[in-house]
Amino acid sequence: MSNSSSSSNELFGYVAEFSSATDLYHAAEKVRDAGFRRWDVHTPYPVHGMDHAMGLGKSWLSALVLCGGVTGSLTALALQFFTQVSLYPTVVQDKPTNLFTIPAFFPVTFELTILFSAFATLIGLFALIMLPRWNHPLFNSPLFSKFSNDGFLLVIEARDPKFKREKTKELLSEIGAGKIEEVTY
Amino acid sequence: MADHSKANAAVHPSEAEGVARELLVLNNRSLGWITDRICGIVENRQPFIWWVLFVPSVFGFFCLLFSLVYLVSTGVGVWGMNHPVAWGWDIVNFVFWIGIGHAGTLISAILFLTRQKWRTSVNRASEAMTIFAVMCAGIFPGFHVGRFWMVWFLAPIPNSNAIWQNFKSPLLWDVFAVSTYFTVSVLFWYIGLIPDLATLRDRAKGLAKKLYGFFALGWRGGNRQWRHYEMAYLILAALSTPLVLSVHSVVSFDFATSVVPGWHTTIFPPYFVAGAIFGGFAMVLTLMLPVRKLYGLEDLITAKHIDNMAKIILLTGTIVGYAYIMELFISYYSANAFETDAFHMRILSGPYTWAYYCMFFCNVIAPQVFWFKWSRHNLWMVFIIVNLVNAGMWFERFVIIPTSLARDFLPGQWGYYSASWVEKLLFTGSFGMFMMLFLLFLRFLPVIAISEVKGVLPESDPHYPDWKHLREKRRGSSK
Repeated sequence: MSNSSSSSNELFGYVAEFSSATDLYHAAEKVRDAGFRRWDVHTPYPVHGMDHAMGLGKSWLSALVLCGGVTGSLTALALQFFTQVSLYPTVVQDKPTNLFTIPAFFPVTFELTILFSAFATLIGLFALIMLPRWNHPLFNSPLFSKFSNDGFLLVIEARDPKFKREKTKELLSEIGAGKIEEVTY
Repeated sequence: MADHSKANAAVHPSEAEGVARELLVLNNRSLGWITDRICGIVENRQPFIWWVLFVPSVFGFFCLLFSLVYLVSTGVGVWGMNHPVAWGWDIVNFVFWIGIGHAGTLISAILFLTRQKWRTSVNRASEAMTIFAVMCAGIFPGFHVGRFWMVWFLAPIPNSNAIWQNFKSPLLWDVFAVSTYFTVSVLFWYIGLIPDLATLRDRAKGLAKKLYGFFALGWRGGNRQWRHYEMAYLILAALSTPLVLSVHSVVSFDFATSVVPGWHTTIFPPYFVAGAIFGGFAMVLTLMLPVRKLYGLEDLITAKHIDNMAKIILLTGTIVGYAYIMELFISYYSANAFETDAFHMRILSGPYTWAYYCMFFCNVIAPQVFWFKWSRHNLWMVFIIVNLVNAGMWFERFVIIPTSLARDFLPGQWGYYSASWVEKLLFTGSFGMFMMLFLLFLRFLPVIAISEVKGVLPESDPHYPDWKHLREKRRGSSK
């Protein structure tokens, strides 16, 4: 694994630095309008409104979490119902063990709903953002590591159908990029 | 409409006159400064006082281990509990520690949903506090079952006796509530940490880079990641909010669903939740006031933060005071002889009235000082009051639990409970463990959520018109 970009390797894309969130926001709007698909902005914090500037929709993680929550509720109800009503009815203080026992099952049902939803959130998030992935061509770029400090970076990948080695670079400097770096695999 | 947008373009809302809000980060600090200052805590040598606190904490942790080994190897008789008081310091400490955890979740979840941006500089540390407090809490019921090695009976696992748990029991609800609470708190904390671990990874070298890099999972901060990340954070906040309210409600069901006079009251769930938040905020301030001073975080945890937290303590403390008085009123109003007697003994004639008045003074009277602005801005005053609250909340649980049990229905079953040295050592040791974990957290992880604090700077808003001016000003001031 080489840490420095060398021209002999295949090009991954360009990393371009912008001076502020505002500049990056406007640059993203222009890249979006130019019709690029395989690109992203990398920022130290989530920039408000950037989804709109990049033309991204709402995250559908919530749908996955709903599935997790429903699974949790059903698991809890099944667990309690089968164990309490059919497998091993515990009669305490003459309280019933039948359909009318359900109110007593609410707390555990609630807790398992939350538990399963939380795990669905975690797993769904990792699936959607494709992490963990410890190795990525962008980590070869010295400029890229600024994203976690104070860098506002825009990355256009060479895989993008609209990507042209020279033209894309020109576009980036046109829309206000400061430093532009080539990243190789 | 046009005028409106023009006005917005000229002056950012946070600086417009009339709606001016105090900035959350003082002295025009830049993004880079925030990274350096917070990562510096982890990267530089710890101050001497860190060691002064750490060594006794580790000693305390060993006291905890010793008292547990002594307990298990000898038997539960080494605790002071006996008939009629079968729940003593163990359950008092359990409720005390669980309650402390609640402020962390309140800050991280409820204040997030209500868009309280000031939470960003205190949420990481208070979430850590939550996790460590719940770890301390878990020790007590675990060992109070008597045969610790049988604790797996609490889990619904098929076993050779073909016996299943009684899901109608609040004690089992408690098992589910507390373990879910711990798990979800850890997930929430970890997801919040990922971007900051990436920051540490990008600055570290050698082994530290590998370790931080491993836990950062290869975070790249792309907006295609952030948008799902933000949704995940929002969902976890929305899940934690009812969760935190449920946990202490379920803890209070352990008492409220019994028939013991003094426990059998419907006010318990809201009263326990308010008390938990109250005690938890006191612990947050107890920890954050020294941390802020020690690591020079005054620009990030400002007087405004302390002021806000003091106000929450005042509010919840007053709710708790209302609950204390309402409990007394209802016991009188119920005209139930046992109920009236239980509270009569609690406040007038019983053996533990001293504990009641300690509690009442610390929890209800002391925080009233926070009505005055000077007291909320005097750090020593805040520190003293919050420590009174810490003590008061412990007394509250003591008042509820042994006081009600010590006077059973028949005078022949009356008794007096005092803790043995093993229980006292165990409780002291749990503080040692809590402090040890918190100090290790300060040493190895970012104490303030770096990426979240960056997001609340004025220039972080892409629609902030004046960032160039701000940068010039910053350059001028650094010269």
